Amino acid sequence: MNVFINQQPAELPAPATVADAVAHAGARPPFAVAVNLQFVPNTRYAAHPLQDGDRVEIIAPVTGG
Amino acid sequence: MPSPTTPEAAPADALVLYGQTFQSRLLLGTARYPSPAVLEAAVRRARPAMVTASLRRQGSNAAETGASFWELLRQLDVPVLPNTAGCHSVQEAITTAQMAREVFGTPWIKLELIGDDYTLQPDTLNLVTAAEQLIRDGFQVLPYCTEDLVLCQRLVDVGCQAVMPWAAPIGTGRGPVNPYALQLLRERLDVPMLVDAGLGLPSHACQVMEWGYDGVLLNTAVALASDPVAMAGAFADAVAAGRAARTAGAMTAQDAAQPSTPVLGTPFWHHDHG
Repeated sequence: MNVFINQQPAELPAPATVADAVAHAGARPPFAVAVNLQFVPNTRYAAHPLQDGDRVEIIAPVTGG
Repeated sequence: MPSPTTPEAAPADALVLYGQTFQSRLLLGTARYPSPAVLEAAVRRARPAMVTASLRRQGSNAAETGASFWELLRQLDVPVLPNTAGCHSVQEAITTAQMAREVFGTPWIKLELIGDDYTLQPDTLNLVTAAEQLIRDGFQVLPYCTEDLVLCQRLVDVGCQAVMPWAAPIGTGRGPVNPYALQLLRERLDVPMLVDAGLGLPSHACQVMEWGYDGVLLNTAVALASDPVAMAGAFADAVAAGRAARTAGAMTAQDAAQPSTPVLGTPFWHHDHG
């Protein structure tokens, strides 16, 4: 299936979950995930299925004001 | 003659936000410093109540992201106030706050909802909705807002136990551009209020503290100083001085001069001197 991870197109074997997207991105803690602008708790990665066209955001701490 | 009160004996004049006590009234941002080492030294000099941080896509800015910044935050041992910087909708802000809560392990959130990209002015029409939903979700919300009295009152009405009006647009360093409104807001609203954004000089921070604001949040004025560490100390001192002055109670300004030295017994004094 085709999804977007941090706005980049990504192809994942179907069926895929958020855990697959995280692994594909090589994300290392600390990070957090949202799918289609909805927060996905880290306890739900393996249980949250992805659909074709889903937009996955993986974000990490940065400096800020 | 009464003996002077030592700082240790003085009653604690701590900042209290959402029931939590902070010894400092300065909140410091972590962005735009010349290096992580300078950031660390500035934080150690200022000893702020909280430091702000944010969230971005991994790898988007290697110099200010990743494990090194995370490790620095842990070493600083200062409470972290995550922000929702760059969010333009209520849903973006709420999702970012939820992600921040998980990453930073804190219910604190500096709610930034931007309504105009040029001035970075808060979206005053949607800020209350976002704040209300976040508070209902268990967050301790510090909303970045304008000095509009009714907006601030609405934020309090939906459960914000503190508000953070701007002094001037973020990063401008102009100081309070609307002193009248900021002072009036302070008089009208009886909740902790921190001036957030637009401060450029320690005198700006001291000024708003003299007006009765409970604290200040700033970043650029320290980070872009020639010597950020020294400036961090200067702001910490200015905030403390302004608070002490507010607590001490200032004299009322007079139109006419009044000699501070007693006139009685002045040598060489004659009536014809006037």
